[in-house]
Amino acid sequence: MLYELHGVSKRYAQSKKKVAALHDVDLSIDQGEFVAIQGSTGSGKTTLLQMLGALDRPTSGSVLFDGVDLAGMKESELTKLRGRAFGFIFQAFNLIPTLTAQENVETALVPLHLSAAERGAKAQAALAELGLAERGKHLPAELSGGEQQRVAIARALVRSPRVILADEPTGNLDERTRDEIIALLQGLWQSRGQTIIVVTHDTHVAAPASRRFLLDDGAVISADAAADRVVVESPQRD
Amino acid sequence: MKRALEGAVFFTYLYRELRRRHRQAILTSLGLALGIALVVTVSAASGGVRDAQSQVLHSLYGVGTDMTVTQSAARGTGGPFQMGLNPGSQQQQGKHFSRDRVDSTRGLAFVSDSRVTTIAGLNNVDSAVGGLTLSSIHITGNFAKFAGGGFPGAGASGQNGAGTSSSSGSSAKVTQPPIKISALSIAGLDVTNQAIGPLSSATITSGRTFTASETDAKVVVVDSGYAKQNSLAVGGTVTLGGTKYKVIGISKSASAEANVYIPLLRAQTLADAKGKVNQIYVKATSSTQIAQVKKEIKATVSGVTVTTAQDLANQVSGSLSSASKLANQLGKWLAIAALIAAVAVASLLTLSTVSRRVREFGTLKAIGWKSRRIVSQVLGEALIQGLAGGAIGVALGYAATRLIGAFSPSLQATVGASGLPTSRAGSFFGGAPGASSAGGGPGDALRGLSHTVTVYLHAPISVSLVAVAIALAVAGGLIAGGLGGWRAARLSPADALRRVD
Repeated sequence: MLYELHGVSKRYAQSKKKVAALHDVDLSIDQGEFVAIQGSTGSGKTTLLQMLGALDRPTSGSVLFDGVDLAGMKESELTKLRGRAFGFIFQAFNLIPTLTAQENVETALVPLHLSAAERGAKAQAALAELGLAERGKHLPAELSGGEQQRVAIARALVRSPRVILADEPTGNLDERTRDEIIALLQGLWQSRGQTIIVVTHDTHVAAPASRRFLLDDGAVISADAAADRVVVESPQRD
Repeated sequence: MKRALEGAVFFTYLYRELRRRHRQAILTSLGLALGIALVVTVSAASGGVRDAQSQVLHSLYGVGTDMTVTQSAARGTGGPFQMGLNPGSQQQQGKHFSRDRVDSTRGLAFVSDSRVTTIAGLNNVDSAVGGLTLSSIHITGNFAKFAGGGFPGAGASGQNGAGTSSSSGSSAKVTQPPIKISALSIAGLDVTNQAIGPLSSATITSGRTFTASETDAKVVVVDSGYAKQNSLAVGGTVTLGGTKYKVIGISKSASAEANVYIPLLRAQTLADAKGKVNQIYVKATSSTQIAQVKKEIKATVSGVTVTTAQDLANQVSGSLSSASKLANQLGKWLAIAALIAAVAVASLLTLSTVSRRVREFGTLKAIGWKSRRIVSQVLGEALIQGLAGGAIGVALGYAATRLIGAFSPSLQATVGASGLPTSRAGSFFGGAPGASSAGGGPGDALRGLSHTVTVYLHAPISVSLVAVAIALAVAGGLIAGGLGGWRAARLSPADALRRVD
């Protein structure tokens, strides 16, 4: 099992009172799954994604990744893990505005300490895979929303992470572009067999997922009331 | 190797970021530049004031002299100032007269020249020479006439005002034709050792100085200001106490010790003070021994006043002193305040930039960038702004100092007007008349005992000052960057990304 979450809770202090973002979450995700975490605004889905991406620690409970509890790891170890194992895609793309598309993709390779030539080649290849071979020298402001998100996906993919974590990846896109991105993620999942975890409130985005979790008020409610996982046939893996 | 490879990303990112927010970067750099420019200008001006002070002290003191030893005249000595301006008899009324009076510079007592030997023999004393500073007054004119047969009495002394008509106090009318008073300061010096003493800081611009054999020669070196005023040149003559002296040289110094310089023996004859001196010039074996030598002299020779260059510096008044205070107190604090303000502004701007880039840094942390790398990115940007600020600041400071140099404001240093031991007060009749000295005419001369020197302010910039300025700018940049970096480092990636959401 790639992920195992046991009794994960997260509470924040918000103006003198504590707010529970996650409440006693138990779930597991296998390698190569395409998982969608759904829920309304404030349901705790982004917090859960941050736990899975080693960006945050639970207040209680454990998040096991490859059998190792992320909550017990030092910050430097988490940084190292993030640099090698995860690829993030954000709703607002989060590209560095002063860097070109290719340089943005290269930022993801910095933790790997590659040579400039290697970085450049890998970044170009990732952009080409996403149909942006000609857009590498453009700044984010010179790209459309869909192109920017594809650059962000290239940045997430370029170091072949074990897990792609996407937080509302189509939230800032129009319908047509949204469908393109969904198709792209689905294609990547099917072709690469990477684990993809998508947080979304949009059922269209969640549709191709092999499993869907529904979060409500910080607790997991299965999409299938009978069980906490919706079994979807796993794609072909490497 | 790894770092070198990643350097490209570091510099590209740094350059693009600074270019993106170039207005803010320029503002930050200019803020630092202003602080640095003030530091450079004030430091250079302070240096200029220090140089000016040193110049004044050297000129007042003599380059080789570390201290002077004098003894104050006892109160009540000397009696009233008598020039015998009243006619001695009725026959003398209206007749021409000429009077010379030579005295020790007011306030200075004559002491035996054996003290010179005593002081020269003390520990840590390199050499000591005696000197005699005198004031000479020459008065010429016609005696008063008393109309109506009245006569106030023969031999009466008076302190007549020059060129006045006045009543003698009786009913007789008095007619006093104008009388002419000329004042002159004389320094008698040891011609066998001129390395210290009144002429040590002067330059001979024409003719020559004394030879060691001219111990009792009727020769004189004239200060250039006095020479110009009285149309004197080498080969000419000066009459002192009724004796003619041949002018052998013209001297020039920022502050003339006297109008004329003569051999010590001649001065002693002139003042009727054989074997006496009223100033002893002392040179210590090293500058660190000055305080010790001063103590020893005071312990060995009672009743004397020992004045060192530092004592003199403390008693310099006038615009030089004001400039010094301005530079050292107000200027220093102004520069420090400006620098602190500049660093504070730079820090606030950097912190504000970090706040605006929370999403950016959060994203970089999410993709595995170490906090250290993000901190170094922020520090690098601040460092560049600091360096730019330093360079602009030095350039601005340099321009300001050039401006000071171009205008060369004059500063007056007055010594001895108040509280100064009379040893350094210059001549009885005030400052020596010269291009660089105040006074000259009897009217001026009578006004006070101060010795005023004019110096021109320059603000020199040294390599070390530039280095300090750049270092301060870099430090300012690093403080600003450090604060910004610290904030960026403390940023939790989840919080950073959540804040965006």
